Amino acid sequence: MGFFLETLLGGLMVGMLYSLIALGFVLIYKASGVFNFAQGAMVLFAALAMARFSEWIPHWLGFESLLLANLLAFIAAMAVMVLVAWLIERLALSKLVNQEHITLLMATLGITYFLDGLGQTLFGNDIYKIDVGMPKDPVILLESTFEGGVLVSKEDMIAALVAAALVLVLSLFFQKTSTGRALRAVADDHQAAQSIGIPLNRIWVIVWSVAGFAALVAGIIWGSKLGVQFSLSLVALKALPVVILGGLTSVPGAIIGGLLIGVGEKLSEIYLGPLLGGGIEIWFAYVLALVFLLVRPQGLFGEKIIDRV
Amino acid sequence: MNAMTERELSAAAPAKGGRRIGEVVLDVQNITLRFGGVKALTDISFDVREHEVRAIIGPNGAGKSSMLNCINGVYQPQEGKITFRGQTFRHMNSRQVAEMGVARTFQNLALFKGMSVLDNIMTGRNLKMRSSLLAQAFRNPFGIGSGEREELRHREFVEHIIDFLEIQAWRKTPVGRLPYGLQKRVDLGRALAMEPQVLLLDEPMAGMNVEEKQDMSRFILDVNDEFGTTIVLIEHDMGVVMDISDRVVVLDYGKKIGDGTPDEVRSNPEVIRAYLGAEH
Repeated sequence: MGFFLETLLGGLMVGMLYSLIALGFVLIYKASGVFNFAQGAMVLFAALAMARFSEWIPHWLGFESLLLANLLAFIAAMAVMVLVAWLIERLALSKLVNQEHITLLMATLGITYFLDGLGQTLFGNDIYKIDVGMPKDPVILLESTFEGGVLVSKEDMIAALVAAALVLVLSLFFQKTSTGRALRAVADDHQAAQSIGIPLNRIWVIVWSVAGFAALVAGIIWGSKLGVQFSLSLVALKALPVVILGGLTSVPGAIIGGLLIGVGEKLSEIYLGPLLGGGIEIWFAYVLALVFLLVRPQGLFGEKIIDRV
Repeated sequence: MNAMTERELSAAAPAKGGRRIGEVVLDVQNITLRFGGVKALTDISFDVREHEVRAIIGPNGAGKSSMLNCINGVYQPQEGKITFRGQTFRHMNSRQVAEMGVARTFQNLALFKGMSVLDNIMTGRNLKMRSSLLAQAFRNPFGIGSGEREELRHREFVEHIIDFLEIQAWRKTPVGRLPYGLQKRVDLGRALAMEPQVLLLDEPMAGMNVEEKQDMSRFILDVNDEFGTTIVLIEHDMGVVMDISDRVVVLDYGKKIGDGTPDEVRSNPEVIRAYLGAEH
């Protein structure tokens, strides 16, 4: 039982991190109908900025404090992400309003490769580390209830809490603020939103900035876990099945989807692995997504796709 | 006061003439709109006076919606100009037109389907909100910030509109679940929330049953009377249009073939041939 709980918790925490990246996809899809292939590249770009700024800024300004360095680096990296959002809107999206979805998807694919390259040009292509003082040692919970207790990584736990808090804040932002309302309006109907005076371009800059913020948080958490390197942008590929499962238009869906996939892949690896020969963790998410595409293409919480004929 | 008596009058005699109609607010001059080689509109001119109900009618494909979309800034005509309160605009998008005080409704409902009736109409207040988008985003969740107070003020205005359109019962319902006629009312409500000077209605009665049409006609006349809003409407249903409009423009194949009071238009032989003759 203790072992099962351990696996379950481990899955939930990894799942929360998937959700964090999936959130970036959902935010942009909700507000512009664009499937942003560049989300993974944004995570890498943001993590690179964070890692390098936390190294450079103390050097430039001549101080030692790790906390201050991280804080300033975070602000600088966020500023960079806002700038990226603004440039993407200016140079790509605003020219492509009302174009086919596939056109926009191709544009984000282009942005992906551009950001990958630009990140390495600006910030270098070594492996960097982000040290935000995450505790690395595990703790043992519930020792009195089960024999041996439940072993949990403190780092994962903090990461999951941060992710949960971010998700909560973003849901509130979407549901309760008038900007959130404007964002939802733009997502539903570009033309109608414009006709009531909602400025599309400003909304898009905001959304891409918020997605940049989500990418930055995801980049810091994943980066401090795995180190900042090119493979970080591939983590985003794990978020694709999450959005298919949860629904492209639903913030809560991204969370539930992430948790389901995190838990599912861990449990199946442990309990089905011995029967099937292992390696399930790698493909579990994709097979689950495929099954969902067959039976419920809009995902668990997505808006039902109805076409008026 | 004055409006009230006139309202009673207009209820008694639907084809009314002398309301407090003012000077020209919207002047459309020699508009030509082409899509590639196809001429959607050819040399169209007409004007709209303050406080009047102005209809644009015509058979299918006559260019009515294209005309409305030109006024709304969705399409940019190749020739001609549109003057709104002395300001001429040629290359404006719908948002800029909205900022000038022109609101619209849509023929094929373009509501924000996932959102409640209240939220849909609240979006119409977007331009009236003073605090910046950022200030709203980070507004204090405990209801003390200026953003919150402003939200309440707008909420009050929107509740008035909801009462006016008699949709109180569906305030919190997602609009996607409402019947068509009610969705049309929400669409009108969202436009009204902008406190527009000119309201463009794209086939407000399309797809409605007789009762819903009567309700909608009443709302249009009430908006016109109570708020003094100038109304430009496109309509298919001749009967309704003749009852509620002050003046009517008739389009056919992208050309203007008639312009005048409902009675004048009705007796115009070209209009009868193009439109009435074919349908009645």
